Amino acid sequence: MTQPTSQNMRPDIRFLFGDEERSLSGIDPQMTVLDYLRLEERKTGTKEGCAEGDCGACTVVLGEPDGDGKMAYRTVNACIQFVPTLDGKQLLTVEHLKSKVGSLHPVQQAMVETHGSQCGFCTPGFVMSLYQMWLDGGEDDRGAINDALAGNLCRCTGYGPIIEAARKAGGIAAGDAAEQKRRADIATRLTDLVKDAGTLAVEHAAGRYYAPRTSDELAALLVAHPDATVLAGGTDVGLWVTKMLKRLDPIIYIGDVADLKSVSETDTAVVIGAGVTYSRAHDALGRVASDIGELIRRIGSRQIRNAGTVGGNIANGSPIGDTPPALIALGAKIVLRMGNVRREVPLEDYFISYGKQDRTPGEFVESVIVPKPAKGLVFKAYKISKRFDQDITAVLGAFAIQIADGKVAAFRAVYGGMAGTPMRAKKCEAAVIGKEWDEATLGAAQRALADEFEPMTDMRASKEYRMLVAQNLLTKLFIETSAPDIATRLVGKEAALV
Amino acid sequence: MSDQAAYNQTDDLIEPTAGLSGGVRTPSKHDSGPKHVAGEAVYIDDIIEPFGTLHLAPGSANIAHGKITKMDLSKVRSAPGVVCVLTSDDVPGVNDVSPAHTHDEPVLPDGVVQFYGQPVFCVAAETRAQARHAAKLAEIEYEELPAALSVDEALEKQLFVAPPHVMKQGDAASALAKAKHRRSARMEIGGQDHFYLEGQISLAVPQEDGDVLLHCSTQHPSEVQHNIANVLGRPANAVTVEVRRMGGGFGGKETQASQWAALAAIVAVKTGRPAKFRLDRDDDMVMTGKRHDFIVDYDVGFDDDGRICGLDIQYAANCGFSADLSAAIADRAMFHTDNAYYLGDVEIRSYRCKTNLVSNTAFRGFGGPQGMVAIERIIDEIAMTVGRDPLDVRMANYYGTDDRNTTPYHMVVEDNVLGELTDDILKSSDYRTRRAAIEAFNSESPVLKKGLSITPVKFGISFTTSFLNQAGALIHVYQDGSVHLNHGGTEMGQGLFIKVAQVVAEEFQIDLDQIKITATNTGKVPNTSATAASSGADMNGMAARDAAMTIKNRLISFAAEKYGVAEAAVRFVPGKVIVGDQAELSFAEVIKQAYLARVSLSATGYYATPKIHYDRENASGRPFYYFAYGMACSEVLIDTLTGENKVTRVDIIHDVGRSLNPAIDRGQIEGGFIQGMGWLTTEELWWDDKGSLRTHAPSTYKIPACSDRPEDFRMELWASGRNVEKTIHRSKAVGEPPLMLSISVHRAIADAIASVGDHKVIPALNTPATPEAILYAVADVAKQMMTDAGQKMSAAGE
Repeated sequence: MTQPTSQNMRPDIRFLFGDEERSLSGIDPQMTVLDYLRLEERKTGTKEGCAEGDCGACTVVLGEPDGDGKMAYRTVNACIQFVPTLDGKQLLTVEHLKSKVGSLHPVQQAMVETHGSQCGFCTPGFVMSLYQMWLDGGEDDRGAINDALAGNLCRCTGYGPIIEAARKAGGIAAGDAAEQKRRADIATRLTDLVKDAGTLAVEHAAGRYYAPRTSDELAALLVAHPDATVLAGGTDVGLWVTKMLKRLDPIIYIGDVADLKSVSETDTAVVIGAGVTYSRAHDALGRVASDIGELIRRIGSRQIRNAGTVGGNIANGSPIGDTPPALIALGAKIVLRMGNVRREVPLEDYFISYGKQDRTPGEFVESVIVPKPAKGLVFKAYKISKRFDQDITAVLGAFAIQIADGKVAAFRAVYGGMAGTPMRAKKCEAAVIGKEWDEATLGAAQRALADEFEPMTDMRASKEYRMLVAQNLLTKLFIETSAPDIATRLVGKEAALV
Repeated sequence: MSDQAAYNQTDDLIEPTAGLSGGVRTPSKHDSGPKHVAGEAVYIDDIIEPFGTLHLAPGSANIAHGKITKMDLSKVRSAPGVVCVLTSDDVPGVNDVSPAHTHDEPVLPDGVVQFYGQPVFCVAAETRAQARHAAKLAEIEYEELPAALSVDEALEKQLFVAPPHVMKQGDAASALAKAKHRRSARMEIGGQDHFYLEGQISLAVPQEDGDVLLHCSTQHPSEVQHNIANVLGRPANAVTVEVRRMGGGFGGKETQASQWAALAAIVAVKTGRPAKFRLDRDDDMVMTGKRHDFIVDYDVGFDDDGRICGLDIQYAANCGFSADLSAAIADRAMFHTDNAYYLGDVEIRSYRCKTNLVSNTAFRGFGGPQGMVAIERIIDEIAMTVGRDPLDVRMANYYGTDDRNTTPYHMVVEDNVLGELTDDILKSSDYRTRRAAIEAFNSESPVLKKGLSITPVKFGISFTTSFLNQAGALIHVYQDGSVHLNHGGTEMGQGLFIKVAQVVAEEFQIDLDQIKITATNTGKVPNTSATAASSGADMNGMAARDAAMTIKNRLISFAAEKYGVAEAAVRFVPGKVIVGDQAELSFAEVIKQAYLARVSLSATGYYATPKIHYDRENASGRPFYYFAYGMACSEVLIDTLTGENKVTRVDIIHDVGRSLNPAIDRGQIEGGFIQGMGWLTTEELWWDDKGSLRTHAPSTYKIPACSDRPEDFRMELWASGRNVEKTIHRSKAVGEPPLMLSISVHRAIADAIASVGDHKVIPALNTPATPEAILYAVADVAKQMMTDAGQKMSAAGE
């Protein structure tokens, strides 16, 4: 284990702003990328609509070398990303899209031609989301376009012209040789920029920020600073700063820890490093069970999934975090590490009570182990919210059920939004296991739920609705597992073609 | 050529003028489009800040109603970067920003807090972050007073911001007594946050003599000017307000900009430094008004065909703590009680309830949507009661052309196109066939249910406060023939500026790119009305045309005299002026010659809407110049286990008269529809029991997202559309009317819910139809069916 020393630390944040190299020192590490753009660079194309990552007006594109000499691009919300997280990346904003001679980029041109802007305030954000789609080769499918644009709110157009622009721009090739060469050159420059550069350590009067590059370094830093705020995607922590006006000191960022960014798959499990974003975990988890894929598709927005991590979703202990109920239903475990000591904890035991988790200061979530369902185990998850996309869940039900010879051999029912933590409905499970999977058992399971949960009323849903839906989700599970021809889904791949 | 003759020349123009780029009827692109997409369009927060600009942040109350007993701001004052802290004592003039000078909206309250989140003081600091941090450091104590947090509470205590109002035709009570069928019920209608993407913002720049230049994101620069002059204790000519564009308005920047503008102006005058006030999103949602939530109680009588014969309806609007525009908004709800239907004997009562909540304000439709969503629910309930298709009951109740054509406010509907529009949408939507297909689907699908509904829109165009129906414009033509265009309307994305520019291009017969569109500025065109009531293009288009015609007529006189031809022989054709058989000059050449001949090339224009008059006391007259019409057919799918729902197909035919710009109009229709759909489905405002709004950010307040836009969305501008009134090129206003096309979504959801009870039990669906509201309605219908079935069984048993 290496203790970082002043020799292998550096104070300057290095990144490319478009094609221009930046090396920033003496910057408040809590400054958001959006404030940096608007106040320091005086680039005002990127807008602030909400300062909490929900409207997308501040969408920018981050580029990083993908390790194969190419560039990988993703959209993020600049309003909740801190400037030091730009280290080693390319930051692209709406100002970078026009050609050298001043002509509009194809995605910009498409937006003009389809009348895709009215008031224009959300437009730069949409343009950047469209640009990211263009960089990745374009999309024609409405579902894919919806997913790419779910994090960009428009109050004027009703989206039709923007969808049309996405289709139009998607048809224009992004991949010519000159463009590929340009991207490869950027990848090389970025790699060189931070190669052998040491750990980024910003020590500013307003607060400190460390970005270790290995998990050993991270473990050591956390032992040294047990009260540090661990920052991953910043999709929650960012709001502590922009909305609660908190000062965080120090911040330890795990997004640059290379060995926490891997997804590995064995015959029996998928292991997700704590630094893996939802976007990167999506495919592997979708292969574990299609409903987890669908669930992750509906977490936040593309921008949020490009930043937020599965590990962070667990570590922050939200009572309505979307992945924990699903992962608990599958029997997931997490690996907690302090210094060089690791321990495995079943995920369900990690959540102790509201705001309290089984994690001691200095300890961090290193990885999540998601077992693949045993043969015959059926997994279903249902996220219920006011809006399908980019909404925080009112009730989430995740179920793993195995039926053998007409009887329930195994059953896990886990809910989010029903208690202070994601929680198994053990009485409900007990009412089902070993019974015939029939309407009588379903009724018993529903009655048991009323016994074990006392949900609360808030702006997302009343306690009565939460309970009624929690019970009805058992009905939905029953129908889907016993009468699969009946249409039960409004969205997602399993949505009935009705 | 007389004005009227000139008018008639293009009155019937259907196709764009050949050879002219960007005249009327062309789908010209939004003038700011290329700037929007490049991030180059300048909003107020993008203006390069003048040296030394201060930044403001509000400090707010955390009770709904009470006296301030102690306000210790010493920690705020000593916080890093703080330059000054304002309380009500620092208002130099009148401490009021109420739009109608009702003196009930203080810039900062003087001792009494009236809603949770009300700003009670304000900090100016070197940076915005410093101001926001400092604002958290106040120590304030209160003596709490009883707070009315609901309409029912206000009704019970008779708390009103304006007197109740009644509108009557015939004798509703006796008509109801005689009616064969009667139904009475209550409907609750939710409010709506504007969620303009650009929040409230003002930048005040101090000028000499203590004057102020305000860059303000507002739909009503003149009102901001007058309010700020009052607040500063200065005449109106000491304040100039400018706005190039807003990042969305929707009514939310009609009156709501003044408070922040006033505070910025006070700081600018007090410190001599520029001052910017940009509200954080959460503060904006907590501190600024929204669409009014309503409670509607009705008692309707009808015959076997479902024809209405008597309606008694009472509206209670939640106005919040002050009057704002609530009286006019509540009036417009009354004006739209009929929507498309002849109501005969009707009595409409309206209460304007005062509550300890943020003061509600204008929002696209301005009360009209609340009136219309209620009558559409009533029609569906009648249809279920008499067992007819709801569309047939709608048609049975439509206004007639020769009889059954007077509104509850005694205006004759002269431009009724409801029948023709209905014929057209029946065809384009294939309604009857789909109705049958949906019934078949529902009988086979136990969990997911479909619903279908066609609803009409008839929306009155004009400010119902008649004197507001006036507009001004200013046009300069420079020596090179380039044109500077200015008018009193504001651009909030709706495409007003491009439409007015097209009108001017058409008048001068010059290409659109010769016209410079400029920022609205109270120093150029004074005493303007708000860009509101869908009136922007109607009024400013006419005023700009008037200005252009003044200059054009001068040019005609000049050319006729100079070349010795009759005035009638001077013709403006694309890019050119033909002077009889004497000359053919480019526009620029004519201008140059006119300048040298000392002809004025600058003119103001003015327009006042004709024909309108209204006697409010007797609720009688012609408040509207004309009506805008539309039809929508929506199909939805609901999940009866969760209440989740999805709009699967929408067909719209909307009457924009003869469109000035079909592309802009389509944008207004689709955008308005989706915004209305949000109001009626996902957008729920939720206050806790302390009166604190808990849905104050996009994380908790859900406007439609991209995937909510129906996959199958078919929209047509009505091919037969033409305005019988002499509006600007016979177009019709389009800003607000399409919002109410979305009522078809709410009614289709109710239809899907009713299918659970075989359309025998009326679902009591309020708005918004959230998954929770839908699931409860489904559960109620199912329960009622069980009860009915139980009763039948026991009756059979006897």
